Amino acid sequence: MKLEFPINGRFGEFGGRFVPETLVPACQELEAAFVDAWGDSLFRTELNDLLRDYAGRPSIITECHNLGAQLGIRLLLKREDLNHTGSHKINSVLGQVLLAKRMGKKRIVAETGAGQHGVASATAAALLGLECKVYMGEVDVKRQALNVFRMKLLGAQVVPATSGSKTLKDAVNEAMRDWVATVENTYYAIGSVMGPHPYPWMVRTFQSVIGEEARVQCQKILNDKDPDVVVACVGGGSNAMGIFAGFIDAHSRLVGVEPAGGAAVGRGVPGVVHGMRSYLLQDEHGQVQEAQSISAGLDYPGVGPEHSYLASIGRAEYPSVTDAEVIEGFQLMARAEGIIPALECAHAMAWITKEAPMIQGQTVLMNLSGRGDKDVAQMMDILGDDA
Amino acid sequence: MSYGILETQLRAQRAAGRKLLVPYITGGYKGWLEAIRAAAANGADAIEIGIPFSDPVMDGPIIQRASEEALELGATPISILHELRTVDVGVPLAVMCYYNTVHHAGDMRFANSLREAGVCAAIVPDLPLEESGPWCQAADNSGIETVMLAAPTAPDERLPRIIARTRGFVYTVGLLGVTGERDTLAATALSLARRVKAITDIPVLIGVGVSNAQQAAEAVTVADGVVQGASVMRRLIESGPDAVGEYIAEVRAAIDGVVGARQ
Repeated sequence: MKLEFPINGRFGEFGGRFVPETLVPACQELEAAFVDAWGDSLFRTELNDLLRDYAGRPSIITECHNLGAQLGIRLLLKREDLNHTGSHKINSVLGQVLLAKRMGKKRIVAETGAGQHGVASATAAALLGLECKVYMGEVDVKRQALNVFRMKLLGAQVVPATSGSKTLKDAVNEAMRDWVATVENTYYAIGSVMGPHPYPWMVRTFQSVIGEEARVQCQKILNDKDPDVVVACVGGGSNAMGIFAGFIDAHSRLVGVEPAGGAAVGRGVPGVVHGMRSYLLQDEHGQVQEAQSISAGLDYPGVGPEHSYLASIGRAEYPSVTDAEVIEGFQLMARAEGIIPALECAHAMAWITKEAPMIQGQTVLMNLSGRGDKDVAQMMDILGDDA
Repeated sequence: MSYGILETQLRAQRAAGRKLLVPYITGGYKGWLEAIRAAAANGADAIEIGIPFSDPVMDGPIIQRASEEALELGATPISILHELRTVDVGVPLAVMCYYNTVHHAGDMRFANSLREAGVCAAIVPDLPLEESGPWCQAADNSGIETVMLAAPTAPDERLPRIIARTRGFVYTVGLLGVTGERDTLAATALSLARRVKAITDIPVLIGVGVSNAQQAAEAVTVADGVVQGASVMRRLIESGPDAVGEYIAEVRAAIDGVVGARQ
């Protein structure tokens, strides 16, 4: 199969543009501006130059020989953690902020969970000279204090979201409320493959660089073969869509790992929130439920609509892992490979560890989408002397 | 074309020279049923009942708070519609709900449940024209009027399509932003109402950011009426249902004064 342009904003029966009337013209304008920019070689060159000279692309592939031997598989990591700002978020943000500038916007608003998208947005705004305001759930402001301070150092204003569950979903609500009021001069930089059309498609397009690079790199390492399994963690799902994009037409098994407490695909039913129809954790009356995850970046009750589509047609699978398994995965990667992963990515590691007996001898490509520095303080609290 | 109950009522009131007043009350909030009765007794022409939702992106702090507290009290779409069956205050009732509430029940089932509860109309603020097809069809089939919103950001070509699809009235959004009280009526409120009035005879009501009696009077110099939410709910939260009745009477007098001044 191929990943398609979503006609009427739809991936199968998922996606759409469920936004207040005030925002409809802005979404239409954004779609037109993105189509125009993506077709403009000057824009593409400018973005590619920034990705290379500023973000540090292409990101390398590291083979985990120790873990591979231990688990009986061949394990490759796509090292998005080595990008400037420490995660894959910079890929989409550089594209979006360049686009905002091209559209004549003066100001960026963004939501953030763990703070990686907020840091990336603050970084791109500083580089390209735009004002930046980041909404972050009050709970996340506390558990990711380091990233809050990084955003402030970069000149961004961080606003705690104090409504509802005070995590990522509420940060999205606040960012949308801001955008409804400021849409004339403000660009909303959504951090994942979610939100109203064109965001899920646009962010996937910007993140596809991960999978495109990885496909070529893997073929070189694997003598023109593709990995048997491609695995990534899924909250909203942008790093997963980015790496899946490169292997959608390959025979590789695509696996998106959700947190057990926020398994939208695994435990949700289709619903409409944040501008999109997608799998959503909700109660019997359609109230959106709060996700519960050790990782702030995956603490989200919904999922990008293209993931819902890939799940519905059976092209990708979405297992989940528990917080306890994630902590083990986090420690395992640190000790065996000398790489401290973001807690988000530790979900992928945890799944690989569990699945290893079933996939002996296979080659697994994991998207290591972020580094774990931001999580060290939280893990100190959890592990104490048992690190 | 025959009009629904809400539109018939609003057109009749307008024809009689009256400006239209539609207060909003969050369903399930403490004292909400008394507030509905107080509003109807003091000059409301129709009443909008909010069905609280966990993620109300079009609402500012006051209605967010009212929604959260109503949910904590155990309000559900089913309980609210059930209680509305007992309400007969002599004016049409509309509900305001986010689309997930509708979607979760199913478009047809939800439309039928509104009709069975005696509700005539629905306002769904996160269901724009392009996504409204399945709901509008179900609502039309059940005789539920779907009120569409028009925003200041709408280009001229968009407004006629919104007007063609709306039933009951056109809800013109008074400002760029979410619900809540503001110091002054935004200039966009009057300019948008003027643009819409110029191309339709459906009643045009300004909502979002019409914050007190004086602003309501200013709004109806152009529009046929106003929807008032946050200023009503603040009174219900701070002082209870009687204060809602007093406030509606005050707004009624202010907008009636405008009609008087013209005559």
